[in-house]
Amino acid sequence: MTRSTEATPSSQAGEPVVNPRKGKIVLAHGGGGQLTDELIAEVIRPRLDNPILSELDDSAVLPAEAGRLAFTTDSYVVQPLEFPGGDIGRLAVCGTVNDLAVCGADPRHISLGLILEEGLEIDLLKRVLDSAAAAAKEAGVQIVTGDTKVVGRGQADGMYINTAGLGMIRKNVKLGLDRIQPGDAVIVSGQIADHGLAVMLQREEQTGIASTLKSDVAPLNRMIGALFDRVAESVVFMRDATRGGLAGVLSDLAERSGHHLTVDEAMIPIRQETRYAAEMLGLDPLDVANEGKVVVVVRPEAAEPALEALRKDRWGTEAATIGYFECERDGLCELITEVGGRRIIQKPYGEELPRIC
Amino acid sequence: MTTPREQMDALLGWLVETAARLSGPVCFMEVCGTHTVNACRSGVHSLMPENVRLVSGPGCPVCVTAQRYIDALIELGRREEVVLATYGDMIRVAGAGGSLELARSEGAEVRVVTSTLEAVEMARNEPARQVVFAAVGFETTAPATAAAVLAAQKLNLDNFTILPCHKLVIPAMRTLLADPEINIDGFLCPGHVSVIIGAEAYREVVEQYGKGCVIAGFEPLQIMDGVLHLAQQAAAGEPKLENLYPEVVSDEGNPRARALIEQVFVPGDAAWRALGVMKGSGLDLKPEYARFDAFRRFGISMGEDHDPPGCRCGEVITGRITPEQCGLFGSTCTPVYPIGPCMVSSEGSCQAWFKYRRNEMKRKNGPAGHCEVPT
Repeated sequence: MTRSTEATPSSQAGEPVVNPRKGKIVLAHGGGGQLTDELIAEVIRPRLDNPILSELDDSAVLPAEAGRLAFTTDSYVVQPLEFPGGDIGRLAVCGTVNDLAVCGADPRHISLGLILEEGLEIDLLKRVLDSAAAAAKEAGVQIVTGDTKVVGRGQADGMYINTAGLGMIRKNVKLGLDRIQPGDAVIVSGQIADHGLAVMLQREEQTGIASTLKSDVAPLNRMIGALFDRVAESVVFMRDATRGGLAGVLSDLAERSGHHLTVDEAMIPIRQETRYAAEMLGLDPLDVANEGKVVVVVRPEAAEPALEALRKDRWGTEAATIGYFECERDGLCELITEVGGRRIIQKPYGEELPRIC
Repeated sequence: MTTPREQMDALLGWLVETAARLSGPVCFMEVCGTHTVNACRSGVHSLMPENVRLVSGPGCPVCVTAQRYIDALIELGRREEVVLATYGDMIRVAGAGGSLELARSEGAEVRVVTSTLEAVEMARNEPARQVVFAAVGFETTAPATAAAVLAAQKLNLDNFTILPCHKLVIPAMRTLLADPEINIDGFLCPGHVSVIIGAEAYREVVEQYGKGCVIAGFEPLQIMDGVLHLAQQAAAGEPKLENLYPEVVSDEGNPRARALIEQVFVPGDAAWRALGVMKGSGLDLKPEYARFDAFRRFGISMGEDHDPPGCRCGEVITGRITPEQCGLFGSTCTPVYPIGPCMVSSEGSCQAWFKYRRNEMKRKNGPAGHCEVPT
């Protein structure tokens, strides 16, 4: 808690709270009355429309299928709301889709809860919703239910998004850390650390650091689907390398499987520009978040066909095998560094890059 | 073009050959935390021949900051009108009554800045608040603090002060050398401090104490090259001053930065964590800038140190022990729940060892069970 809490202008005496012509979100947009209806009818629904959403009931009513469901939820608080390569809308859809896909599910339906700050530009909201809709289309999922709340100025940074997602688990897929064996190969689906650094550099813009780095935020379900189509039985485990970066996933794989994992730094795909940016900000690119990269553990004989399948997708062209599980049962992930030294990959503490997703 | 791995292999080949000519084991000190961290992170330590040992030194500003200083910061942070501006690394260092992170969660206004001028700007924009900058670091950061004080003077700000805690590298090295228990054969000297103080600053260490000083950059290959030169000096029995970073470090240093320090500060006694108060090892504000001294402005003083029981950070930063020899290391003291400052700081030896070198420690305890890899 900070010592001084700014009073919301709406609570101050005599201030008009509703002025839709200004093109800004006001508290009444979240009040459930006429302005809410107007916002839904004019801004939200035209962008996200589909037969299920357009019912506008309190719940989305979905067809049920036999099988297993995957269900996930996530919240998005990224700053700034728009960054090179994406925005909070695309991030929310892709993040939810990817969380389902890495569990072996085909993502189907997602929800979108908007928490808007009083004063938010409605044009910005429109751009974010357009972007969320485009990402949903790209992923082949429907946004079937939603909610909008407005909080006073100073109580949220522009907007937050909460999502939930539903997907059907593919039939021939069995994933689990307990399936990891010595010899299994670890694949990363492309160049790392672009998202976290693109967001960071956007924030640092006023300090004059120019960069063309873009976030890698992307829906990976089609790529992952193609991988399963090719080598489903040989895929042992999968995780998207978001917060905590590649280091977070790799150290977790070793720790939770109990096996020693050896990774070769020279094999990890990374753009030269990303590497420089990380160096400049004093960050280890392994610790930096991605929003369009998945780490896949496969049986060794399936590594090559898995790479072929991944590389055929636009988001997986740079996929590479970066390491193997070993016999030792010490639960450590060891990196053979670029200069041939050895060191541990440790899970990041978690505060180096706040508010990146 | 040769790859970094091939270049490292070549350097390592020479080092192994040189090490074979040494009459006994040698111990070199990484004076600076950045050297320690980069050597850990790139695995350079794991490549060392058995008779060449690298130990950490007192060059991490967070690690050498006395607990009593943190306590003073927290005391200031509790005041309603005060905004504490600090470099991010200081946030989690524990004083007797918790850390700045804890104080912030309890309502203190603690803001992380990446430059001193940001803190000055804050004071300018918020005239009703008292902005106090936690002025820590060696000669590398002292010029920026001096610039901030001068800027505050020019703007005639009466709501900007610093809590001075700057340290000087050479007096610290002198103290280490005067301690008969500390056995160091040479120093790997830090690139960035040397940019300011100049290569010649180490001359006295070589001439008066007969210890080699090699100034090296922070890349893994540069670190290895530095160690190789120290080993060659040791093998030849000829301690020298060598500057392997001449494109950045000159003999006389950066006169403008030094002039800034000299304009605003005078050398004074400073309290170092675990090393106690060392004469002339810190920087005090000159009398004409005393109004920017937070100790004076707020009438506070530093109390006593009560270092956490069992914590051996002091021995770590003087190269007496390596981090894993401390009983708290990795058990009760980890980067998530740090006890000593060497585990808090991203430049601290303990954190670097914990993050990057636990593989070696496990190996020391014997190999894990073997199995067949099914391929």
